[in-house]
Amino acid sequence: MRWGGLAALLVLLALPAVLSSYAVTIFILIFFYAYLGQAWNIVGGYAGQLSAGHAAFVGVGGYTAAMLSNELGLTPWVGMFAGAALAAVLGGVIGYLGFRFGLRGFYFVLLTVAFAEVGRIAASNIDALGGALGLYITFTGDPRQFQFQDNRAYYYIALALLLLATGVAWAIERRRFGAYLAAIREDEGAAEALGVDTLRYKLLAMLVSSFLTGLGGTFYAFYLFSLQPNAVFGIPMSVEIILRPIVGGAGTLLGPILGSFILTPLGELSRFYFGQSGLYGAHLIAYGLLLIGVVLFLPEGAYPRLARALARRRARP
Amino acid sequence: MSLLEARGLSKRFGGLQAVHDLSFALAEGEMLGLIGPNGAGKTTAFNLLSGFLRPDAGSVSFRGRPLVGLKPHAICRLGLARTFQLVRPFPRMTALDNVKVGALARHAHPAAAAARAAAVLERVGLAGKQGVRAAGLTLAERKRLELARALATEPTLLLLDEVMAGLNPAETETMVQLIGRIHADGVSILLIEHNMRAVMALSHRILVLSFGERIAEGPPAAIANHPKVIEAYLGEEYVGTAPA
Repeated sequence: MRWGGLAALLVLLALPAVLSSYAVTIFILIFFYAYLGQAWNIVGGYAGQLSAGHAAFVGVGGYTAAMLSNELGLTPWVGMFAGAALAAVLGGVIGYLGFRFGLRGFYFVLLTVAFAEVGRIAASNIDALGGALGLYITFTGDPRQFQFQDNRAYYYIALALLLLATGVAWAIERRRFGAYLAAIREDEGAAEALGVDTLRYKLLAMLVSSFLTGLGGTFYAFYLFSLQPNAVFGIPMSVEIILRPIVGGAGTLLGPILGSFILTPLGELSRFYFGQSGLYGAHLIAYGLLLIGVVLFLPEGAYPRLARALARRRARP
Repeated sequence: MSLLEARGLSKRFGGLQAVHDLSFALAEGEMLGLIGPNGAGKTTAFNLLSGFLRPDAGSVSFRGRPLVGLKPHAICRLGLARTFQLVRPFPRMTALDNVKVGALARHAHPAAAAARAAAVLERVGLAGKQGVRAAGLTLAERKRLELARALATEPTLLLLDEVMAGLNPAETETMVQLIGRIHADGVSILLIEHNMRAVMALSHRILVLSFGERIAEGPPAAIANHPKVIEAYLGEEYVGTAPA
C-alpha cells in the first residue's frame, strides 16, 4: 500500500512532461475536485454531517483572496489564508447553528444550502464585489501573484493541495479525533454516552473542512482569473464537491481521490462528446445515471469494494 | 456518603408524568435493582441520571457533584456510564473499534485505548470477535459489546438498562455471572431488569417504580412478597395468593 502510493506519486510528478495541454487540464480538474472532496470528506464523510453548501466556502475563500489582491495588491499566497480563515469563521457559524440546535439529516442539509444561497445572492448584488457579472483578475503571469504562463504550474499546485488535504485527513483518521468522528457518524447518542463531546468534535471537523475548502477558493479564482457568483456559490458547485467522495467512498481516505479519477474525466469527456454531437447537457444525464448506479449497487462507494477485492487477491496463494 | 443521590426527580412528557418526585440513594459498592412494569419510568429515570434528559424538577448528585445541566459526555467522564435498552453498537465498526471509543475517554492515545479495549473484550468473553463488525454479532454478543463499551470508560457507577432482555436462559446465566464479576471488581451498579430471577439474585436492594413513582424499596426477599409490588405487576386480585 505504502509503496503503491509512493509509485503513484512519482508517476503523477513525472506525468506533465509527457501529457498534452488538454490532458494536463483534465488532471488539474481531477486534483482540484479531489482536493475539495477530501476537504468535504472530513465533515461530510468521517463525521457524517452532510453539508450541501460547501460552495459557500469556495466562494468566500476565492472572493476574499481576489479582493485583497485587486484592491490592496496583497499577494494571493497570503490572501489565500485570509480567505480560508474567513471561510472557517463562516463554517464555525453554520456548524454552531446546526449542531448546537441539533439539526440533523435533511435539516442540516437545508441549513448549509441556505447559507450558500445567501452568499450567492449577496455576491450577485454587492457592486463592490462585481455584482452578478463577477470579479475579474487581470492576467500578469507573475508567479508572485499566483499566476502562471504554464499550465503545469497549476498542475503541481493542485497536486500539492490534494496531498495537503489527504495528509490532514490521514492524520485525523489515526488520532482520537478520527475515532470520535466515526463514532458520531455511526450513532451520536451512543457516542455521547461514551464520553464523546459530540458538539465540540463536529464543530472542529467543520472548521478544518471549511478552512481547507476556502483555501481551494483561491486556487479556483487564480486558475480561471474570474469569479462568478453563480459558479462559485451555486448549488452545482456544492454538488460537484460532494459527488466525488460519495462515488469513491465517503469517510475513507482514498474515496474522494478515486471518485475524482472516475467522475472528472467522465464529466469532461461526455461534455466534449455530447457537445460535439449537439446534445448539450446530455453529459448531465450520463452523470445522473452513474450516480443512480453507485447509490444502488455501491452504497459505500467504490473504494471499500475495491479495497476488499484487492485484499482477497492478496490473500490468495 | 452515598455515591449517587437523586432528590425529587420529576419529568413530564406532555400529558404523561413519566417520573414523579423520585428520590433514592445508592451507596458506594452497592448493586441496586430498579424494577417496575412496562412504562413505569425506569428508562426515563436512567435518562435523567445520565444527562440525556433534563429533569423538570429535582436534583442528582454523584460523588457530591451536582449533575443536572451536565451533558452526557461530561457525566460519563465523571465516572457514571450507561448502556441502552435497545443496544446501540456502531454497526459498521469492528467490536474492537466499538470498545475503543469508550476506552479513549481515559486513554487519549489510540494504541493504548486499543490495548485497553482488547482487555475489556476479553473480560466480557468477546476476545475472539475483535475484528467482527458489530452488525455481524448475535444479540447476546451485542448485549455484551454494549456492556464492554460502557465498561471501557472505567466507570465508578454503571447504569445497566435491561442487559438481559431477549437472552435465552443460558445466555442470561452468563450475563448474571459477568455482572457479578464486574461488581466484585469494585464497580457500583444500578440495574434495570425485567428478569426477576436475575435481579433478585444480583441486587442488594431493590427499588420498585410504578407510574413514575416509587412504590416500594427493600431487600429482594421483602420486595418479592410486597403487596403493592404484586398489585402493580399482576393486579389487585392476586395480592395474597403467592405461595409463602
